[in-house]
Amino acid sequence: MHIRNLLLATVAVAGLAGAAQAENTLKWGANRDIGSLDPYSYGDSFTINVLNHVYEGLVRYNKDLKIEPALATSWEILEDNVTWRFKLREGVTFHNGNPFTADDVVASLTRVSDDASPLKGNLPAYVSSKAVDDLTVDITLNGTYPLLLNDLTNIHIFDKEWMTEHDALKPTDIGAGVEGYATYNANGTGPFSVESRQPDAKTVFVKNPGWWDTPQHNLDRIELLPVTSAATRVAALLSGEINFTNDAPVQDLPRLEAAPNVSVLEGVDLRTVMIGFPFRDKLTTGADNPFKDVKAREALYKAIDLDLIHQKVMRGKSRIAGATVAPPIPGYAPELDTVPGFDPEAAKALLAEVGVPEGLEFEFNCLSDGLVNEEQFCQAIASMWSRIGLKPKLDVAPRAVQTPKRTGGKTDIYILGWATLPMLDAYSPLLQIFHTKEGNSGVFNWGDWSFPELDKLVDAAGSELDLDKRIALETEALGIVKKEHIMVPLHQQPMAWAVTDEVSEMPLFPDNKPRLWFAQVNPGS
Amino acid sequence: MIAFLLKRAANAAFVMLAVALLAFVIFRFFGDPVEMMVNEQATQADRAELRERLGLNDGLVTQYTRFVTNAVQGDFGISYRNQQDVMVLIKERFPATLELVLVATVISLVVGIPLGVITAVHRNSRLANVLQLGSIVGVSLPSFVVGILLILAFSVSLGWLPGFGRGETVNIGWWSTGFLTPSGRAALILPSISLSTFQVTLVMRLVRAEMLETLRTDYVKFARARGVPTARVQWRHALRNCLMPVITLTGMQIGNLIAFALVTETVFQWPGMGMLFIQAVTFVDIPVMAAYLMIVSFIFVALNTAVDITYAWVDPRLRDDTARAGGANG
Repeated sequence: MHIRNLLLATVAVAGLAGAAQAENTLKWGANRDIGSLDPYSYGDSFTINVLNHVYEGLVRYNKDLKIEPALATSWEILEDNVTWRFKLREGVTFHNGNPFTADDVVASLTRVSDDASPLKGNLPAYVSSKAVDDLTVDITLNGTYPLLLNDLTNIHIFDKEWMTEHDALKPTDIGAGVEGYATYNANGTGPFSVESRQPDAKTVFVKNPGWWDTPQHNLDRIELLPVTSAATRVAALLSGEINFTNDAPVQDLPRLEAAPNVSVLEGVDLRTVMIGFPFRDKLTTGADNPFKDVKAREALYKAIDLDLIHQKVMRGKSRIAGATVAPPIPGYAPELDTVPGFDPEAAKALLAEVGVPEGLEFEFNCLSDGLVNEEQFCQAIASMWSRIGLKPKLDVAPRAVQTPKRTGGKTDIYILGWATLPMLDAYSPLLQIFHTKEGNSGVFNWGDWSFPELDKLVDAAGSELDLDKRIALETEALGIVKKEHIMVPLHQQPMAWAVTDEVSEMPLFPDNKPRLWFAQVNPGS
Repeated sequence: MIAFLLKRAANAAFVMLAVALLAFVIFRFFGDPVEMMVNEQATQADRAELRERLGLNDGLVTQYTRFVTNAVQGDFGISYRNQQDVMVLIKERFPATLELVLVATVISLVVGIPLGVITAVHRNSRLANVLQLGSIVGVSLPSFVVGILLILAFSVSLGWLPGFGRGETVNIGWWSTGFLTPSGRAALILPSISLSTFQVTLVMRLVRAEMLETLRTDYVKFARARGVPTARVQWRHALRNCLMPVITLTGMQIGNLIAFALVTETVFQWPGMGMLFIQAVTFVDIPVMAAYLMIVSFIFVALNTAVDITYAWVDPRLRDDTARAGGANG
């Protein structure tokens, strides 16, 4: 009897202690799962974003999306202008206890730029790297290049010893048909380490007590719980099974706002939605292509009622854009952010002026799994163009189906959203979209345009190390994009996150990436 | 008998090859996996190189032959998206789907059979009419609607049951089971009810039709005349004679349930094979799609073949027919 009471008391005390030490858990209901635990496995910004809680780069973005030191404490460009020397942080250890050194940086850069790595494009200027001493690394580039730091924010650093031990020095090559250790295991320096992972069900991250930085979060545990179905995700938030989602469906926002325990965090994404035109001699129908003439492009622009799309299709949540990059992006200039008035009569007059035949047919290519409400605003735009006497053939299908048509010139007009990620600089669209297609440039130049004057400015910006001069060059190049209507911007799309009242602090980032090392939950959640 | 078995096996193999070929023809319309794999900054040359390395530039016949040759040896390749061995991925997900399907099947029998008997026995009562009407609703409601309604009722409003996921699981060898933990069992309830709605009504209607017929037979009348209690006649003697077709149907439907579980799995974020397949379609993960289709069709073919063989074993006439007429088997 006595012993039994004692036992009961012990159990009670243990129970109390357990309650007092209740963990602060963020239950993150994402709209999809990460591909694997290897950030270099798949060209997928969501996977990289999530794994950034485990792995870190040499530099990182702070709360205002400005670059600040992370695993490197300082850097300088050597006299040859192509070698960058990084001083590394002392006393940093990986989750397995191994110390962080220059060899780890070299091995990681080698891994990400391997031929089999789908992410080697993230480090376009990289040539080689070498360890100068334990805490100094030299990175050599293929020329003067100002945006290395931007690129490095997304290059996660692995532990060389760990990779060697597990035969993971090279990225997993799907073509070779062999699995990689890093697909199932992770070992970074970041604020959280991986505790367990069940694909499509639950990945658990726990606080790294030995993190080199002072935590601004109070989380002990993050559970990444993918919930693909939007309705289920909303239900899970209402029932408290999750306490955070980075994708609150636009159509459910009023309902979430009305719920007493949920708050919606709304903002405008950096992603600018644009219309691209063909510059080839013929349209896909075989007819002569009138859109080579800037006036025809302007006509199509003027025929679009941007306000109507903003009000009706985007439910007033988008930001109407005149410039091809969003305001927070370096290179943006307010004077470029102007929109022409909606004027279908003027549009018709312009079409007549350049001799566009009545009822001209062309393909209009949109994605069914792309931007926010893409299908709906494409339908709206197609009908607006019909009203000025054109016959757009709307072609809506998933990305995987549409992309080959776009890259292969098998469509005419298309929609593209560009957030300048991961660079967060106007150089990104200038190089990849607006530059003439050659070598590494103009990969997304799907209309086959070429403006030598613009190319010259972009190339100059790409090797200008002085920040102000570079931004001026970029702004000037964006001016040409605007004047020539190479692509016309529609809007920056809305983004919405939602949290329950268990979460007290969740900064919303315009690049739509949760950075949970800034998140706070109410103790015991 | 051996000739019959060989013939059935050959038929099954032919069906599998045809499914694989169809799958490969269809994959062409899913789009280009490389565009989903590389990141935004990859150049055209990088993309072309990756396409070459994955063997996507080879002709349909070459790709098909390579796939079949590897598949026969149990090698379905590596998932483009997850970078895992496809067989490992499927092995990981199979227990989740099978447990869901088994529970749904049990529910359909436990609920469907009594309802079928009641509607047959009290054929014109109000209760039977209500049940009949309910069964029409059950047949016609799409399963994702049922799923969402269940979540809203039991998870959001009442807060009794989890609305998504599989709860805690326990590993027994490579088999992960949700039966052994309270949260795993709770998580099974809503998805299996949602998956079983259609099945319940199917079983109920089948039992009802069979019962109506059986209740008219002579032996039932004689039993009644002899003074055997009504309930005993109905639930014991009559029902037993109705169960054979129910068992056959249930066996055959397991294949269907596995295939159609993908809707339920998507709604409830159930980490099973259907979920895996849906994601593979989104990302044009050809190795996973191909393996899933092969495995599901294998389950169908195996179930059908097993049923055929059992019939032939039970009823020798079917064997003789095959020998003479060349395949008049069901």
